[in-house]
Amino acid sequence: MIYSCEISHLDDLFKEISSFEKLYLPVDENESLSSRYEVYSEGKKMSDRLNTVRSPKDFFFPQTENLMAFKTEGKKIDIIDVRQENEDFAVFGVRACDARAFKVLDNVFLKDVPDSYYADRRAHGTIISLACSRPVETCFCHTFDIDPTEPDGDVKSWKTEEKLYLEPVTEKGNKFIEKLLSVSDILKEEGTETPADVAKQKEQTKKIIKKLPLYSLSKEKFGAGKTEEYFNSPEWDKLSESCLGCGTCTFVCPTCQCYDIKDFKTNNGVIRYRCWDSCMYSDFTMMAAGQPRHHQKERFRQRFMHKLVYYPTDYDGLFSCVGCGRCLQKCPIHMNIAKVMKTLTPVSDGGDK
Amino acid sequence: MQKLTRGELVRKAEELLDNGEVKHVLGWRAGEFDYDLTPSVFDTKDDIEANFRFDDFCGPNFSKYLVKKTRELEGKILVFLKPCDTYSFNELLTEHRFDREKVYVVGIECSGMADIFKIKEIAGEGISKIEPDGEYLSVASLYDDEPVKIKASDVLEERCINCKSKKHVVYDELLGEEGEEQDSGRFEEVEKLEKMTSEERFGFWKKELSRCIRCNACRDVCPACTCEKCVFDNPDSGTQNKSPATTFEEQNFHIIRAYHVAGRCTDCGECSRVCPQRIPLHLLNRKFIKDIDSFYGDYQAGQEAGQRNPLIDYTQNDIDPSEIFGGAK
Repeated sequence: MIYSCEISHLDDLFKEISSFEKLYLPVDENESLSSRYEVYSEGKKMSDRLNTVRSPKDFFFPQTENLMAFKTEGKKIDIIDVRQENEDFAVFGVRACDARAFKVLDNVFLKDVPDSYYADRRAHGTIISLACSRPVETCFCHTFDIDPTEPDGDVKSWKTEEKLYLEPVTEKGNKFIEKLLSVSDILKEEGTETPADVAKQKEQTKKIIKKLPLYSLSKEKFGAGKTEEYFNSPEWDKLSESCLGCGTCTFVCPTCQCYDIKDFKTNNGVIRYRCWDSCMYSDFTMMAAGQPRHHQKERFRQRFMHKLVYYPTDYDGLFSCVGCGRCLQKCPIHMNIAKVMKTLTPVSDGGDK
Repeated sequence: MQKLTRGELVRKAEELLDNGEVKHVLGWRAGEFDYDLTPSVFDTKDDIEANFRFDDFCGPNFSKYLVKKTRELEGKILVFLKPCDTYSFNELLTEHRFDREKVYVVGIECSGMADIFKIKEIAGEGISKIEPDGEYLSVASLYDDEPVKIKASDVLEERCINCKSKKHVVYDELLGEEGEEQDSGRFEEVEKLEKMTSEERFGFWKKELSRCIRCNACRDVCPACTCEKCVFDNPDSGTQNKSPATTFEEQNFHIIRAYHVAGRCTDCGECSRVCPQRIPLHLLNRKFIKDIDSFYGDYQAGQEAGQRNPLIDYTQNDIDPSEIFGGAK
């Protein structure tokens, strides 16, 4: 079932949602000429910008979080669970690229040994995705078979000139809509057919995608089992030659998932926290014998091989780039995964070993 | 737009490669779009013909790259430096960070560089083409049939609006016209901050720095930050080195960095250019520059190679702390 509300009532809809749970909304951030997520409160307007600088990953896997605390008294050690977040929340306006990123993160954090911190937040958070109608030049989600007009998410939404349409797709999404319906005066049943204005918007968006500069960017030469094809490519030298070794690409990426764990001492015990780490950093995976990747070239290679080869090898061919384009916009030297994909030649296709 | 043309730079690079003066050329490599150029080394004329670019998007300052490249590469390197970049070059020479003999500097006239995010604010997201057109940039979009004409002077980077100098302080050869030091308004924003109460000022910085994602791009691009191992990358330093674990930590990082480059920062503006969150980091450095000017007389880091900055050069006429902070002499 698809539900709808008039665009002129959008603020009221946000108010209704925030009456039963915390709602995160992308809002304009004028200082940085971009947008960011904020907790909705009356008067906040949803940003029309395509993507926030920091991705919605942050709500489920925050940059820094305390994992636990230890208190010692004599020879006694108490381990304290410091988690306090246990309320439901909703994240609105997640684009198709970012929505797909959760599939990438779920594989890492929910399979094998589940990460209970991430799992808690996934259980409490509802993702309301928003179809794209104005992709930009840095977009290439289509390269990874993502349809920006049909995003993943618990509830999908489309915003046309007249209406906002909501379609629940998961159990959590259905529960969310039920809760919303129980408080809402403005959400109406629309039917099960794709509304005409949505169909028109999808068609227009697909036309634009064909005009995108990265429309022809292909993932076909990469994927599971291709390590030997690229690992020793001489092209890595040139590609990485001016990499600053900063963490911008990693920290704006919706799928990067590496972290470091550290303890710090407080007055009466120890707090164990984790924070994002970046394979671009010189102290990444530092061991007693030093960091295994001695040069920036090797760190650079690690990041792209992980996105294009190692991750697909581990997870049934799924790529861990979603084509959101953040790194294309934000890298200080404008080196990025699109350029890497275009430049690398597989050994089997005449590339040097 | 730039008065100097790409062709003039290409001819100079090819001439110097041909006559054996240099083996490598440090320049800007064409990207996927019209604005995403990458600093890169060119070794052949073919590569230069095909991929070398010079236009309004040549922001990156190459001086710091020389620290690494002069060690890695055999033979002399041609580097193109805009006036502001030459100050960083001199400062690095002062600190003995690379061998001057291994570098051939071609100073290039600069008309100011464009800020792509300002262009997007005017033309909208979804840019398909940017072409120079006299004093304008013609910006085509994926969504509009007609390109938008934007005055290049309306979308300049902040550091170019407040350009401190169009004069090259070092070069082996010059392309284009030599300019003068500029009477810029670069301290005006600092003055605004100085006029705030300390609570207001703390509020300003807290808000700005709260956006920091601790990517370290400001540090990694900074020509004054060339320590072989940064204190923030040292796991034993006691700092939470990769993340703004606490607000104190996040402010601490930027304050320490500003202190560490004080007296050596040339105000090249790379920190603010690369910040993914557009935090006006240059204002921290400019406050130091302004204070040094008022305490010790006008001083410009990088003006000459080998000069001693006032913070490490004691003279008997140095200002007494009591003149700044009050109290007994």
